[in-house]
Amino acid sequence: MAKLRQIAFYGKGGIGKSTTSQNTLAALVELGQKILIVGCDPKADSTRLILNSKAQDTVLHLAAQEGSVEDLELEDVLKVGYKDIKCVESGGPEPGVGCAGRGVITAINFLEENGAYDDVDYVSYDVLGDVVCGGFAMPIRENKAQEIYIVMSGEMMALYAANNISKGILKYANTGGVRLGGLICNERQTDLELELSEAMAAKLGTKLIHFVPRDNIVQHAELRRQTVLQYAPDSKQADEYRALAQKIHNNSGNGVIPTPISMEELEEMLMDFGIIKTEEQQLAELKAKEEKLAMSA
Amino acid sequence: MPQTADKVLDHAPLFREPEYQEMLKNKQVKYECGHPEALVKEIDDWTRSWEYREKNLERTALKVNPAKACQPLGAVFVAAGFEGTLSFVHGSQGCVAYYRSHLSRHFKEPCSAVSSSMTEDAAVFGGLNNMIDGLSNAYSLYNPKMIAVSTTCMAEVIGDDLHAFIEQSRQKGSVPEDFDVPFAHTPAFVGSHVDGYDNMLKGILEHFWAGQERTPNDAINIVPGFDGYAVGNNRELKRLLGEMGIDATIVSDVSDVYDTPSDGQFRMFSGGTTIEQTKAALSAKATVSLQQYCTKKSLEYAAAQGQETASFNYPMGVSATDELLMALSEMTGKAIPDSLKLERGRLVDAMADSQAYLHGKTYAIFGDPDFVYGMARFVMETGGEPVHCLATNGTKAWAKKMQALLDASPFGSQGKVWAGKDLWHLRSLLATEPVDLMIGSSYGKYLERDTNTPLIRLSFPIFDRHHHHRFPTWGYQGGLNVLVKLLDTVFDLLDRESNKAGVNDISFDLTR
Repeated sequence: MAKLRQIAFYGKGGIGKSTTSQNTLAALVELGQKILIVGCDPKADSTRLILNSKAQDTVLHLAAQEGSVEDLELEDVLKVGYKDIKCVESGGPEPGVGCAGRGVITAINFLEENGAYDDVDYVSYDVLGDVVCGGFAMPIRENKAQEIYIVMSGEMMALYAANNISKGILKYANTGGVRLGGLICNERQTDLELELSEAMAAKLGTKLIHFVPRDNIVQHAELRRQTVLQYAPDSKQADEYRALAQKIHNNSGNGVIPTPISMEELEEMLMDFGIIKTEEQQLAELKAKEEKLAMSA
Repeated sequence: MPQTADKVLDHAPLFREPEYQEMLKNKQVKYECGHPEALVKEIDDWTRSWEYREKNLERTALKVNPAKACQPLGAVFVAAGFEGTLSFVHGSQGCVAYYRSHLSRHFKEPCSAVSSSMTEDAAVFGGLNNMIDGLSNAYSLYNPKMIAVSTTCMAEVIGDDLHAFIEQSRQKGSVPEDFDVPFAHTPAFVGSHVDGYDNMLKGILEHFWAGQERTPNDAINIVPGFDGYAVGNNRELKRLLGEMGIDATIVSDVSDVYDTPSDGQFRMFSGGTTIEQTKAALSAKATVSLQQYCTKKSLEYAAAQGQETASFNYPMGVSATDELLMALSEMTGKAIPDSLKLERGRLVDAMADSQAYLHGKTYAIFGDPDFVYGMARFVMETGGEPVHCLATNGTKAWAKKMQALLDASPFGSQGKVWAGKDLWHLRSLLATEPVDLMIGSSYGKYLERDTNTPLIRLSFPIFDRHHHHRFPTWGYQGGLNVLVKLLDTVFDLLDRESNKAGVNDISFDLTR
C-alpha cells in the first residue's frame, strides 16, 4: 500500500469549504483513491453531500450517549457514502457551550486508535472557520496532514482568514512536516478576484492551485444533497473539480512553509487592488459627493 | 485549657477533653441545623436497603469515591522508573502537587516532579512559553538525564501539541540538541492512572526505538505496571529472574527511587532502567507485561517492532506464579530451578496448614483491574469466595475476563464483577450482601467503619499503614506475605469476637 496521504481543508466560515472539498474528493475517487473524510466541525455538515444526508451519528454525540469514547465502536461512526468514500463527523457541543476544539482532538485520537486510517489512501480533514484554538490545529500537528489547502475568495475577510491560517501552519511547519499545499479560490465574483488571489498566494509564498468558477449547478446539486460529480457528472463544473482533484493529487510533496504577512501589508495589497481605499481617497470621494449634492440643490 | 506545655496531648485525646466536647456540641446545636437523630437513623438504614442499592446502581450523573486516579499519576510513576528521569507535567501546578503527595504518602519517600505552571494567560495563549522556560529551568536546576513530559487536563483542553512545543524549546536552547525528552499526552479526564502509565511508557519506548535498527537477541523485557507494592515486588521479581538465570531488563523499575536510604545524602534520582538498557530493549526477543491493563498500547508497539509479547494479571499466588515462571522458562529455554520448586512447595504447605480458617470466607475486592483479577484468583486458591469484584477503571473487556475467571471455579460461583462502579456503590453491595473480608486500598477504611467489614490493605494507595509495600506480594514468597495478611485479619477477628471473659470466651483459644 502506498503511504497514507493526509490533507486538510481550512478557510473562513461560509466560504464554501465543505462544498469544495466534497466535490473535489468525489472527483479524486475517480482517480482510484480510497478516501476517508473527517469532518471537524460541530455542525457536522462536512459529509452531507457524500452521504446524501446529514450524518446523524457523530463521534462525540455517541460518546456522550455511551458515557465515554472508550465505549464506542468504529462501525458506529464510520459511514460509507458516494463511491465508497468513508465519512466520519467529529461533532461537538451546541453553540455557546463546552469546547469544540477538545472534541476535535478526542475524535481524531479515537479514529487513529481504532484503525480508521488503515486501508485508505487519503484522509481529508474539513476544519471549521479559523484556527481559533489548539484543538482546531489538531489536523496540522506532526504526523497528521502533510498539506493544507485554504479555500478563499476575493473578499477581504476571506483573505484575512487565509493569512491567519497560514500563521497557524507556520507555527507547526518549522518543527514538523506540515506544509501549505496552496490556495483554492471559490469564485465570489468580486473585482479582480483571480488577480487578487494570485497576488495573495504569491505573498504567502504559495500558489493559487485552482480557481473554481461560480456556477449555479453547485447550488442545484446541494439542494439535492449531492455533489456536482454525482448530480451532473458530465457538466463543465464537474470537470473543474476533476481538474482540482488531479492538481491536488499531483501536488504531493510540493507544499511550502507559508510566509504570512502583517495586517498592514494585507491592507496595502487590498488598496493596490482598489478593494479598500485610503483615507484620502475616501475623503475625496465624500467631498465630490457633497459637491454634487450641493450643485443639484 | 486542657493543653499545657508540661503535658502535650495528641489531637485525638485533646479533642475528647470536656472543654472541646462542649464547644463542638455547641457548634453543632447552634450552627449545623442538622436533622433529628431519628430521621438521620431512618435515612441511614434506608441507604443500606436493597431499594437504595438498586437506585444507587442506576446512578449515572455522579461518581462518589471512585477507586482510581488520573492519567498523569501513572505517567509520573512510570517515568520515575527510568534512570535520572525527571517528570515534567505540562499544565497547572496543583495537579503536579497532587501526584507528588499521592506517591509520597504511599511510599513514605520524596517524589520529585516539576510542572510548567500554566496559569490564565497560558490557557488563553497556549503553554509554549511555559514549556520553553520550564524545560530550561528543570534541566539546569535538577540536572536530570532525561525529562519525561506528560500533560494535565488544562493543556489537553486547549490542545497544546507537546511534540511541536518540545522541538521548539530545543531550538530555543532550553535543553541540548541531543537531550532526551520523551512525551505523552495524558488527558486526566480519559481513562485512569493505568492508561497514563501505558501512554507514557509507550512515549518513552517510541522516543528511543523509532527509526532504530532492531537486531534481535535472546533478552527479555519485563514491564511491571503500576504497582503500589513495586518496591517489594520488583526486588522479588529480580530475585526470581536471578534464580532462573534469566537476563532480563525491568522496563521502569521504581524500587530504588521509592526506597532511598537515610544516610545523609538526598537522592532525587536513584536506580531505574538506564537509557542504554531502554535503547537495547528494542532488540529483545520478547516484552512481558505483568499487568495487562497497564500496558495495552505499549505491548502493541513492542509487537509491531517484531517482538514476542505476553501479558499477565498481577502474578499473585500459586497458579499465577506458575504461569509466569513457565512462560519465562519457555521463552528463554532456562529451566525452573529446584530452589523455586521448593518455594512453591512451602507456599502450598502453608496454605494447606491454614486452610481450615480460610475455606469459605467471602470477600469484596476493589482496586485496579489487574490487581482485582490477581487477588481474586489467589483468594480462590485459598478456598475463599470473591463475592464483589470492583474496579472503577475496569473496562467491559476486563469485566468479561474477570467473570470467566470466577465462572471457572466453584469458589467463584457467588462472584459478581462491577466494572466502572465506585466505592459508594460498594457500600450498597456490602450493606445488602455482607462479606467476611474486604481487600483494597486505604480508602476502604470508611467502608470498614460503615459496614463493619474488616479491611485488608493490599493495593494502592495505602496511606495509613506504613512500609507494607517494601515486602513483595508477587511470586511464591509474596504469596506467603499475602497469606499471612489474610490470616492475621481472620485470627484478630476470631480473638476480638471471643474476648469477653465469661461471656463469649469459649473459643478464646491459645492455639488456632
